[in-house]
Amino acid sequence: MQEIPLETHDLTVAYDKRPVLYGVDVQVPEGKLVGIVGPNGAGKSTLIKAIMGIVPITGGWVKVFGESFARGAKRVGYVPQRESVDWDFPVNVMDVVLMGRYGRLGLMGRVSKADREIAEACLDKVGMLPYAKRQISNLSGGQQQRVFLARALAQESDLYLMDEPFVGVDAATEAAIIELLRELKGRGKTILVVHHDLPTAQTYFDMLMLLNMRLVAFGPTEEVFTQELLQKTYGGRLTILSEVANTVMKESK
Amino acid sequence: MSIWSELIPEFSFEQVFVEPWTEFLDPFIWIFLMGFFVTAACGFLGTFIVWRRMALVGDAISHSVLPGLVIAFLVSQSRDTLPMFLGAVGAGVLTTGLIEVIHQKSRIKTDAALGIVFTTLFAIGVVLVSLYGENVDLDTDCVLYGELEHVTLEPLSSVFGLFEAPGSVIRMGVVSLLVVGLVILFYRPLVVSSFDPGLARSMGMNPAAMHHALMSLLAIVVVSSFEAVGAVLVIAMLIFPGTTASLLSDRLPVILGITLVIAFLGALLGMHFALWLDISTAGAISTVIFGMFLLAWVFAPRRGLLWQVFR
Ligand SMILES: Nc1ncnc2c1ncn2[C@@H]1O[C@H](COP(=O)(O)OP(=O)(O)O)[C@@H](O)[C@H]1O
Ligand SMILES: [Mg+2]
Repeated sequence: MQEIPLETHDLTVAYDKRPVLYGVDVQVPEGKLVGIVGPNGAGKSTLIKAIMGIVPITGGWVKVFGESFARGAKRVGYVPQRESVDWDFPVNVMDVVLMGRYGRLGLMGRVSKADREIAEACLDKVGMLPYAKRQISNLSGGQQQRVFLARALAQESDLYLMDEPFVGVDAATEAAIIELLRELKGRGKTILVVHHDLPTAQTYFDMLMLLNMRLVAFGPTEEVFTQELLQKTYGGRLTILSEVANTVMKESK
Repeated sequence: MSIWSELIPEFSFEQVFVEPWTEFLDPFIWIFLMGFFVTAACGFLGTFIVWRRMALVGDAISHSVLPGLVIAFLVSQSRDTLPMFLGAVGAGVLTTGLIEVIHQKSRIKTDAALGIVFTTLFAIGVVLVSLYGENVDLDTDCVLYGELEHVTLEPLSSVFGLFEAPGSVIRMGVVSLLVVGLVILFYRPLVVSSFDPGLARSMGMNPAAMHHALMSLLAIVVVSSFEAVGAVLVIAMLIFPGTTASLLSDRLPVILGITLVIAFLGALLGMHFALWLDISTAGAISTVIFGMFLLAWVFAPRRGLLWQVFR
């Protein structure tokens, strides 16, 4: 039986009692490169964080490889939004990539030589091995993103969740990343990528998840990438409503 | 010239630098060790507190200790160390817990929540002191400035029959070892939870539990240091070593090592300065570690002001 890497049912998330995601039902099949697309504030990051148990869910459930996230966690790799961490933190590139191994070490385990070799191989894959000893604040945006990617590779997962890995990176890095994602897919990995650029979304991904507080559509790119559905995601009433809701929220603050 | 000689006592190398290590080793070694343990425990843990942008939580804890002490005294009717310690640590943990709860259950930001909690607890302490003041007998000077020199007045107790030391020095030594040991033991989850809590959660670590453990440890350290350095200077001990070391290195393990060197030098120079100028040792240590911060800020390679100007 083929495992379902990711399944959500009626997933609902609220911040301060204000719902930002309602009733998301998806079943992501194995070995696909999936784009999560939607306007700013659509809840794309929230969806990823809810799947990983980083933000509490208000309703519904999430399963990875048929288990609760906590049980399947070791099979899931994560690339957070680049600005979500403090890049002045006193660690170097190698330290960050080794963090990808920590999930397997347990509380008392030590970083082994094998872990280091895996981390080095992952750095090499993203072309960052020469920078292994650099402090992470002395890197360009594209280099920082490559480091995060190397860290996710070091997790040696079967399902990857990546939040805007193409933001603030140069064209060469973008091409290198997409190349790498395709290679991962070729090895049967499942990859979910939050992406905001529509033209490239159409060419990069096998499947698209159109999201705007609700799941507008989820399916193969050629079926989902239609004027009507995109309109519904970006230009429809939902956006206007949520904008109004946002303005009201801001004014009442 | 005469003003200076009046302000600054005569300097005798013999008296200031030699005698504390020879003839008067007995009292001075305790002052030095106490200063070192306090600065080391605070600085080591403080490095994480600083990098997690929670520097002022230590301030909040040190101010809410007062009601804890009074209540512990009223309940136990004694000034024994254990009930006092438990009362103060309890108040410290309560402080960090309340800050969390207020922040999460309302839209109040952490800094404001912090202000609400510790002023309220401090106020309760003040009310309790005024109500039961005649019984409580708390030394307010000690609360504010600390009395590091008091360790020399304590009777010596034996440690497993190996050696003898004043009780508070032993306790502070144990606390320092506890801090260094726990940080080393939980180094990886601590670093991941501090740098990228999302990743930590996704790996099945529990950054929230880490936060609470760190806060409880902080409460223990602040409360143990409190008697020696007081409610205000403990903040200097928490913040200066970590920030200074962070100017000198960009690897966390090295930074943590440097904080211990800073603690050693701070306690050593502080003790000698205090002896020379006849001033509070806690104040002298704080001034010395401030001086080290200043030096690092100006002269540090890459991060220092001079480097930035003449690069
Ligand atoms: N920690 C938070 N607390 C409160 N509201 C939040 C928080 N994080 C995100 N939001 C709100 O939730 C909505 C969705 O945010 P997010 O998932 O980051 O959107 P996207 O990643 O699609 O741009 C936005 O309106 C945002 O303001
Ligand atoms: Mg986002």
